[in-house]
Amino acid sequence: MNIFKGIIQSLRTYRVAAIFGIVMLLAFSLAGCGKKEPAANGKKADGPVTLLNVSYDPTREFYKDINDAFAKEWQAKKGQSLTIQASHGGSGAQARSVREGLEADVVTLALGYDIDALVEAGLVNKGWEQKLANNSTPYTSSIVFLVRKGNPKNIKDWDDLIRSDVSVITPNPKTSGGARWNHLAAWGYALKKNGNDENQAKDFLAKLYKNVPVLDTGARGATNTFVERGLGDVLIAWENEALMAVNELGKDKFDIVAPSISILAEPPVAIVDKVADKKGTREIAQAYLEFLYTEQGQEIAAKHFYRPRSEAIAQKYASTFPKLELFTIADLGGWGAVQKKHFSDGGIFDQIYTPSGKQ
Amino acid sequence: MFLPGFTFKKNSIIPGFGLTMGFTMFYLSFLVLIPLSTIFINTAGLSLHELWGILTAPRLIASYKLTFGTSLAAAAVNAVFGFIIAWVLVRYSFPGKRIIDGLVDLPFALPTAVAGITLTTLYAPNGLLGKFLALFGIKAAYAPLGIVIALTFIGLPFVVRMVQPVLASLDKEIEEAAASLGANRWQTFSKVIFPEVVPALLTGFSLAFARALGEYGSVVFISGNMPMRTEITPLLIMSKLEQYDYGGASAVACALLIVSFLLLLVVNVIQWWHQRRYA
Repeated sequence: MNIFKGIIQSLRTYRVAAIFGIVMLLAFSLAGCGKKEPAANGKKADGPVTLLNVSYDPTREFYKDINDAFAKEWQAKKGQSLTIQASHGGSGAQARSVREGLEADVVTLALGYDIDALVEAGLVNKGWEQKLANNSTPYTSSIVFLVRKGNPKNIKDWDDLIRSDVSVITPNPKTSGGARWNHLAAWGYALKKNGNDENQAKDFLAKLYKNVPVLDTGARGATNTFVERGLGDVLIAWENEALMAVNELGKDKFDIVAPSISILAEPPVAIVDKVADKKGTREIAQAYLEFLYTEQGQEIAAKHFYRPRSEAIAQKYASTFPKLELFTIADLGGWGAVQKKHFSDGGIFDQIYTPSGKQ
Repeated sequence: MFLPGFTFKKNSIIPGFGLTMGFTMFYLSFLVLIPLSTIFINTAGLSLHELWGILTAPRLIASYKLTFGTSLAAAAVNAVFGFIIAWVLVRYSFPGKRIIDGLVDLPFALPTAVAGITLTTLYAPNGLLGKFLALFGIKAAYAPLGIVIALTFIGLPFVVRMVQPVLASLDKEIEEAAASLGANRWQTFSKVIFPEVVPALLTGFSLAFARALGEYGSVVFISGNMPMRTEITPLLIMSKLEQYDYGGASAVACALLIVSFLLLLVVNVIQWWHQRRYA
């Protein structure tokens, strides 16, 4: 009898538990429904609009200026008030957030590979590179060396980075988009020097990485290691980061050295088609990205040490940027091929660090 | 079902078992079980061969050794020094005791990235402590030692906060009885006090250890992240994610989870065995 009683009691117990659970579930799903509705209503053309630009780390200051300028222009032209939000972080992590549901109208990332990942997820339409001029990269940058004032180790070119007395700071290309550009710039130099012999280029990279005492996870972290911790004789860095470091931390501490050849880093921009269509923000997103190509947009880019695409603006800021011989990612076969060959598991970067070249 | 005496509910003075049990189930499912199960679901997409290949890559194996080694070392250091701190805080009274007691919790409150950057600044070759250590040829930051330092920092409160209440609840009379029965100080400590504290110490140790295994934020700043040498397993999970390799990342996460679970299980078994022996 006792057992019987017990069962009845436990059933009672669990009825309460089950009801509680169902109520909670309902509450959650209602909250979910509630969320969707405003998005559908957001299509009204002339109300205030919010645009989300998901970008990478060092563009913080640059996009702040762009957003202010564009919002002002849009207000003047269309009489519609516009709020642009910008989110910054590591390029790969940002692309993952968008992939997993962050509703970005536009993405402005460090490399095409991260936008390709959004194509794969069905968020960005194929052929995004052709949607805007210059492969959808309104501004570019390059990879240069930052050295201590007076260049005490006399570092002139890539060859000096493999000298045994030189310590090099660069982030980990597995986790940092910027570091991938660094790696590829060195690769391009080594290929050119050795008549496209890939084995010799690999040796060159192996020697270079041997001089690297710390692999930070991001470009800003590497800059910190070099600037604040005083580690290393040379920092391989984004040109815009290096110029900013020199201009903000004082010209008396660091010098910029331009190598004989470097890579044209092309940080691309794209509309997240699926989100823009759903939110009805395509027109404004398009105008926003096109704004980057206008005189005003290009000038803001140059002020923030990005190389402008516009000849006129480039001329105006010619003294800011060192003259460099540049090759492009397309010369190396495009991001898909490069990523696979160099940075995927078992790729060239892994081979350099794994004993006996074993994968 | 028909086990004698097996019921879900014992009549209690305080009602509400159904409601609280339902809430517990709901809460644990949403916060723990469902998120963790997605890791296993993600991994399930891989074939066994692929899984084995991912988990036994030389870089991963090096990272397991480093992660488990440094976590164990940090937890062990914490067990010893955490015990001493707890002892001092419980047994003695001195000016500023409250402040020191409060300090113990700081590693909980501080964002781990801040901890990592601060420790790196201190222990880097040009840092305040790093300079001093460099005189003896010891490299702290950008070496496994730096990782142990960071993990010790974040794990400290676990041991102290576990041991403290147990020490506080020990009756003075038991020690006095031991002394009056002829035990010397060491015997009183090792045979009377210590066995009482062991379960709490073990729990603190395993919490600190488990916390250290998964720590990412503070370690990546101080470790230097050199492949094969100072790369922790969570960093490799991150770099797999960076390649959009969700399967590979969750496979490694699974391995880490299972091993931590087994280790925690072992600790629990030891505790259970200890309790039976001394209870």
